[in-house]
Amino acid sequence: MSLLRAEGLTKSFGKTHALEGAGITIRAGEVVAVMGPSGSGKSTLLHCLAGILPPDSGTVHYGDRELTAMNDGERSELRRTEFGFVFQFGQLVPELTCLENVALPLRLSGMKRKDAERAARDWLGRLEVDGVADQRPGETSGGQGQRVAVARALVTGPKVIFADEPTGALDSLNGERVMHLLTTAARETGAAVVLVTHEPRVAAYSDREVVVRDGRSRDVEFAR
Amino acid sequence: MNTPGVYTVCIVLPMSIGHALLGLLESGPRHGYDLKRAYDERFGQDRPLHYGQVYSTLSRLLKNGLVTEAGVEAGEGPERKRYAITDAGVTDVERWLSTPEKPEPYLQNTLYAKVVLALLSGRSATEVLDTQRAAHLATMRELTRRKVDGDLADQLICDFALFHLEADLRWLELTAARVDQLAEEVTR
Repeated sequence: MSLLRAEGLTKSFGKTHALEGAGITIRAGEVVAVMGPSGSGKSTLLHCLAGILPPDSGTVHYGDRELTAMNDGERSELRRTEFGFVFQFGQLVPELTCLENVALPLRLSGMKRKDAERAARDWLGRLEVDGVADQRPGETSGGQGQRVAVARALVTGPKVIFADEPTGALDSLNGERVMHLLTTAARETGAAVVLVTHEPRVAAYSDREVVVRDGRSRDVEFAR
Repeated sequence: MNTPGVYTVCIVLPMSIGHALLGLLESGPRHGYDLKRAYDERFGQDRPLHYGQVYSTLSRLLKNGLVTEAGVEAGEGPERKRYAITDAGVTDVERWLSTPEKPEPYLQNTLYAKVVLALLSGRSATEVLDTQRAAHLATMRELTRRKVDGDLADQLICDFALFHLEADLRWLELTAARVDQLAEEVTR
């Protein structure tokens, strides 16, 4: 049973055809790397899958619900409750402490401050960045900031984590640490991860890969 | 230590056994069996040295004056002769360590030939490249798992292989992006 399924997606920006019939299936709990050269459409595919961008045509199903038939409010509710996001940078609120940043999605869902911060502190510990709980994002290193972002993506117990070049701004060692912690935490909680990356060593943390070329996607399976 | 063998075999094993044995002797005299065990533990991965290799290497080093016999140990076993490194041996190890290895293009000739032959015969070169790419990434996944579970030695050995495989993969991607252009050139 697929958790997330996209079929025949097309998306154009002006005269640029970003997606030309792309499809992808994500099963519960798996880590899938979406790879492809710059401009191949891999980020657009992720944005359509996550309900951030509506495709021009084609469908996206989350379980048995058609995401592409939902209105903005329903999609945004789905994103908040079922999905988690990690981007390359710039996703943490600079005015809040790291602890407040991680607690934020829970607070937005109506959880009491004390409970939200307790859960946030727990996730900061699991990502090995409890030491920066009271610092603002600007006071942390790039690697610490990304781990805080991963903690924030996981704190709501999402079913899918969308990660778009999550290590793009990090050096090898920090990038791999983030990937290790992200995939370990996702596997422990049973969350699927859709990982957009152009770095093979980052993709090697996945269970399988889908290659996007010229707006079309292709499963690349290797049977031993 | 957990020993990754998939890609490291072709990178680590062609190393000069003679130099490795000399290097192991620098910490003090050892007999052949002891040397084999030390080599296997550190560098043997999943392809340990044969006794024959150890003794033929030692006799060559002895002939070249890089090691010398340092007495015979009483005890069980096939060979209890102890060997010590000589000054010439130490110089040889130093020279070996300070000389870079020839940067080898490991796979590119074979892969390039496959891509060109696919294009010449009207087959899909992209298929060839994607199949190779999937095999590379499968190996990279395996090495990554070993690295994550391993100690620092495992991590460093796996990283070496991973960076090389990544370089191959980048070449595969770049070639895939230029396959139409290459098709035009080879079929012209």
